Amino acid sequence: MGKTFVEKILAKRAGKSAVVPGEIVVVKPDYVMSHDNSAAIYGKFKQIGAGRVFEPEQVLIILDHCVPAASEKYAKNHQEVRDFVEKFDIPNFFDINTGVCHQVVIEKGFARPGRLIVGSDSHTVSYGAVGAFSAGIGRSEAAAIWATGEIWLKVPSTLKVVLDGMPRPGVTAKDMMLYLIGEIGADGALYKAVEFTGKAVSRMTVADRIVFANMTVEMGGKNGYFSPDETTFEYLRARGIDESGFEAVFPDSDANYEQVLIIDAASVEPQVAKPHTVDNVAPVSEVAGTKIHQALIGTCTNGRIEDLRAAAAVLKGKKVAKNVRLLVFPASMEIYMQAMKEGLFETIIEAGGIVMNPGCGPCLGAHEGILAPGEVCISTANRNFKGRMGCKTASVYLASPETVAASAIAGEICAAEALK
Amino acid sequence: MRIFKYGDDVNTDVIFPGKYTYTISDPEEMAQHALEDLDPEFVKIVEPGDIIVAGKNFGCGSSREQAATCIKYSGVAAVIAKSFSRIFFRNCINSGLLAVECPAAADRITKESSVTIDRERNRIQVDGEWIDFPPIPEAVRYIIDGGGLIPYLRKKFSEKKS
Repeated sequence: MGKTFVEKILAKRAGKSAVVPGEIVVVKPDYVMSHDNSAAIYGKFKQIGAGRVFEPEQVLIILDHCVPAASEKYAKNHQEVRDFVEKFDIPNFFDINTGVCHQVVIEKGFARPGRLIVGSDSHTVSYGAVGAFSAGIGRSEAAAIWATGEIWLKVPSTLKVVLDGMPRPGVTAKDMMLYLIGEIGADGALYKAVEFTGKAVSRMTVADRIVFANMTVEMGGKNGYFSPDETTFEYLRARGIDESGFEAVFPDSDANYEQVLIIDAASVEPQVAKPHTVDNVAPVSEVAGTKIHQALIGTCTNGRIEDLRAAAAVLKGKKVAKNVRLLVFPASMEIYMQAMKEGLFETIIEAGGIVMNPGCGPCLGAHEGILAPGEVCISTANRNFKGRMGCKTASVYLASPETVAASAIAGEICAAEALK
Repeated sequence: MRIFKYGDDVNTDVIFPGKYTYTISDPEEMAQHALEDLDPEFVKIVEPGDIIVAGKNFGCGSSREQAATCIKYSGVAAVIAKSFSRIFFRNCINSGLLAVECPAAADRITKESSVTIDRERNRIQVDGEWIDFPPIPEAVRYIIDGGGLIPYLRKKFSEKKS
C-alpha cells in the first residue's frame, strides 16, 4: 500500500523507512517560525537554561503582528525580540518593514517543496501551498526547538480533497475554501493532514493555493498540501530557486486516504462566512444587503498582488460608500512595491480607500482598524470569532477580495457581479 | 467542585482575546481574563479544582498558548471535551493542564454531576459509573511526568551541566 505525502515526509525526516498514522516521531524542522510572540518564547527559552540556541539558522523571526508598535508594551515586546536576535546572532530576522510572516516565509524562499517547517502561529499551515509540510505549534514548543533543535509530531491520517471541475467566472479560491469549510465544519479535518488535488487545482496560482493551505486550520487540519507542479517550480524560479534547491516529496498514487472528498468547483457561487464562526458559511446572495461599517482587504489569507489587482478592478472608477472605511493591507513590502508600480494604490485611494502598511494588526484585534460596538466588518481574513477584531459586540463576515471591494462600494454586503 | 459546561468549537479567541496576547505576560493576570468572551461570569466564581466540560473541537483557532495557561492558572483541574483542537491539546500537555478527550463523559456530565478523574488508570467516574479515556501517548508521557515541557527541559539541561 502506498503512502500519503505526510507519511512519506515524516518517515524521511524521522529517518525511518515507513510510518503509520498515530505513530509519534521526533524530527528536526528546517525552520521554526515565530513573530512578535518571539519575546514570550525568549522568556520560556531563558527558563530552560540552555545557554545557547541549538542552531541559529533554524530560527526564523518576522515582526508583523502589531507593527509599528501601537503602545509602549508592544514596543517593549519588539525590543526584547531584537535583543534576542542580536545576542544569539539569528541570521533570519525580518523587522517591521518586511511583511506578514506567512507571506514572507513563502516569498523569501524559506518554504520549498519537501521542507518541514513549524511555527508558533496556527496559520503556519500556509506553506503546504508550495509542497512543504508545515504546522502550527505553541510557544513552549518553539522555545524547546530553539534549545534542542527537535520536536515530536504525531503522524496524522490524511483527507484528500478533490476540487473537480472548473470554477465559474467570479468565483475565487476563497469562495471555494469557505464552501469546503462550510461543508465539513470547523472540525471536519481535525488532527488530519489534507491533500488538495483535482482539475481546479492544476489551474490555480500559488496565491490561490495559499488561500486553501492557510485556511486548512479553520477546519481543524494539521497541514494542507499541494503537490508541487510547473506552477510551483515557475514561482520558485522567479525567486532564484531552481530544482537543485529542494527535494520535493509527492504522495504515492496508491496512497491510503482515510477519506476522499469531491467538491464540484463549478457548482460553487461566491461565499461568505457569517459571524461568529468560520464554518457558518452561506452564499453571498443570502446575506446581500447587510449594512457594513468597515471593509478590510489583506492579511495572510488574501493580501497578495493578485488579490489587490482583483480588488482594484472592482474599485476602479467607483467610490467607497459614505460611512464605510476601506482598509487595504498588502501582505508584504514586495507586494506593496509591486502594487505601487502597477498604480493599484491610486485606484484604491481615489475610490476612498486607505492603504496601510503590511501587518496583521486588525485581524487579531491589536490595532489599525479595531471595531466599535455593534459595527459590522467584511474582511478577507481567515477568522471571524467573537471579539476577533477587538470588540466582542462587533460582527465580522469573511469573503473574497472581490466581494469585500464590492461591499465597500455598495455600503452593504454585495457580490462583485451584482455591482455591475 | 463546580462544573462549567460549554458547547462545540469553543475557540481560543473567546478563551483568551487576541487584544491581550502581547500586553499581558503574567500567568496570574492571564487567568483574570480566562473565557472572557465566552462566559464573563467564569472568572468571578471559578475555584481551584473546578472542571470545564465541553463539546467537540475545544480550543480551535489561534495557537496562543495563553488559552491553556489562563485556564490552568484560573485553578481549573481538568478540561473534559468530546475532542480538542490539536495545537490546544499540545499546549495542554506542555503546560501541565489535564485535557481529557472523552465524548461519553462529556455527554453524560451535567452541572450537578459528581465527577472523579483517575489519572493513573485513565478513567473518569461520572455519577458512580466509570468511563475509560484514551491515555496520553507513552512517547510524550515524559513531558507530563516532568511537570510540563519547560520544567522537563530545565531539569535536563541542568543535569547536563552538572
